[in-house]
Amino acid sequence: MSALRIAVVYPDLLGTYGDTGNGVILERRAAERGIATELLMARSSEPLPEADLYCLGGGEDGPQVLAAERLVADGGLRRASEAGATIFAVCAGFQIIGASFPDAAGNRHDGVGLIDVTTTKGSGPRCVGEVAVDPDPALGLSRLSGFENHGGVSTLGEAAALGTVVAGVGNGAGPAIEGAYRGHVLGTYLHGPVLARNPDLADLLLRWATGSGELEVLDDAAALDLRSERLASVGC
Amino acid sequence: MGVRAMVGVAVVLLVNAASRLSRRGSGTVAGGRAGLAVDPRLLAKLAQSRHMALVSGTNGKTTTTALLSAALGSTGRRVASNATGSNMPAGHVAALVGGRGAPTGCLEVDEAYLGRVLDDTHAEVVVLLNLSRDQLDRMSEVRMLAERWRGVLEQSTTTVVANADDPLVVHAASGSTGVVWVAGGLEWRDDAGACPQCLGPISFAAQAPGWSCSSCGFARPTPSWVLDGTTAIGPVGRVEMVLGLPGVFNLRNGLMALAGAWSMGVPVEEAAAAMSSVIDVAGRFVDRDVAGTPVRLMLAKNPAGWSALLDTVADEDAAVVVSINARTADGADPSWLFDVDFSKLAGRTVVATGDRWRDLSVRLRYAGVPHETEASPTAAVALAGSGAGERVDVIGNYTAFRDLLESS
Repeated sequence: MSALRIAVVYPDLLGTYGDTGNGVILERRAAERGIATELLMARSSEPLPEADLYCLGGGEDGPQVLAAERLVADGGLRRASEAGATIFAVCAGFQIIGASFPDAAGNRHDGVGLIDVTTTKGSGPRCVGEVAVDPDPALGLSRLSGFENHGGVSTLGEAAALGTVVAGVGNGAGPAIEGAYRGHVLGTYLHGPVLARNPDLADLLLRWATGSGELEVLDDAAALDLRSERLASVGC
Repeated sequence: MGVRAMVGVAVVLLVNAASRLSRRGSGTVAGGRAGLAVDPRLLAKLAQSRHMALVSGTNGKTTTTALLSAALGSTGRRVASNATGSNMPAGHVAALVGGRGAPTGCLEVDEAYLGRVLDDTHAEVVVLLNLSRDQLDRMSEVRMLAERWRGVLEQSTTTVVANADDPLVVHAASGSTGVVWVAGGLEWRDDAGACPQCLGPISFAAQAPGWSCSSCGFARPTPSWVLDGTTAIGPVGRVEMVLGLPGVFNLRNGLMALAGAWSMGVPVEEAAAAMSSVIDVAGRFVDRDVAGTPVRLMLAKNPAGWSALLDTVADEDAAVVVSINARTADGADPSWLFDVDFSKLAGRTVVATGDRWRDLSVRLRYAGVPHETEASPTAAVALAGSGAGERVDVIGNYTAFRDLLESS
């Protein structure tokens, strides 16, 4: 098999909250298992490269609008997703892969439309703080930990929630749910970066991207200790 | 000064004395806060009859303020300054009350307070260093800050000493009437990838320090102050800077301070000589002793600061203690640890500590840096020193650094 290609999408626009770390973590976890891996930093001034796994991160309002416009115009992310690539998107990235999202003034902008999620401007204060999520049992993951920091409110259409919120806000519309997934597209509001705290989520993405059912077990004592401590900090 | 302001000053002095007696902190902020409660215009009144300079930006504020204060004092004038880094209005009031009678004031200003403090003080000079991500849960996003700075400076007649290498700072300063452009350097480009004027892509030249937007033509202005090795080259020629502080980033801070002092009429030779006497900036870069182990204590608060500092210590092979907290003053979200290239520490003895040693430990694992962990910072220093008596490099973010400074 040729090398697993992991692309961090537009780190120049969507790199504000340390989320490029998710790409680094995926690359290391694949490499430690002897999987040949290529990590691509896909800047917004270049055409989006072909990859097996795309990571999108958080970003500020202006750059978020620009990133969405460029991704829609480029077309590469949609083509890759339709061809079965894994898409993992955090915060502003999560909003971008949905149908639409608001800018700072509340004006609606088109997303890439990879998942049936619509984001609008929240009426309350910005959601900032630790989050604990019980993931959809179908995903086979342990309780997730992350840090949210967003003003938007996301409503799901034909997509499943990543999980149920145990602490924090999450998507912020209706029931206490967080994130969304459908097929190999997964979005979440969790920073941290989220894959640093939740190695089983990282491995789920790697299984999707490589098509392998089993991955060699790594020593994740430090990450699991971090997750327990973060969950305990919000009483979970 | 009216009766109200005089009462305000008296209250500041009283609260400071009381809080020093009760040993609750240094008292500066508490006193300033009490004074502002008595007279909300106290800062304006205290600044009224002085020559004022302000320093703001994400990184280098405290150091540049110390260097500029020294330079402004070179003519023999006394300078009132918030040297401890209490950089919001309560700290400014306390500093100016503490330096009563000083004809000059030099204040470090929190990025979010620049407008208010400039309004109050009518400063002659504002030094703008850089803008990059910091305390994501508290600060506005950096572009919003740049926009607010621009709005404030457009309405002001102050001289702006601005870093020409940072597109966000150039955007903020370019609406003002009097700008002195300085090649202040830019350690961290990842918040300036999109043009602050049109969101087009900013490209940085590989060799030369230039940058420009390929969509709208917004580009680096030609600086009138540049650095050549340790020599500052300005409108009045060359002057050698011999600083007592390490690293290229401190030379850049020195250049900004020199341009600021020159803009306030201080001869550059005198200014540079005075700056060389600055060796201790609020305890930073100074050799200390933590529970019997000699340490060099350093502060880095955000990705740009870490990048500069890790480059400065890169040539050394001393053991390193890294201490990370995520308290209110640090920002509650340490995700930025993944924006720092900790792989530069590979090959050295590394100990992870601080409230958030677990986050750091996971970060170091993915950076390929073998390390030990120890929850207690003082125990971590002892572990790194292992009794050999060799100096240990200790780098902490804000409250982690402060706590270690107090225990040294």
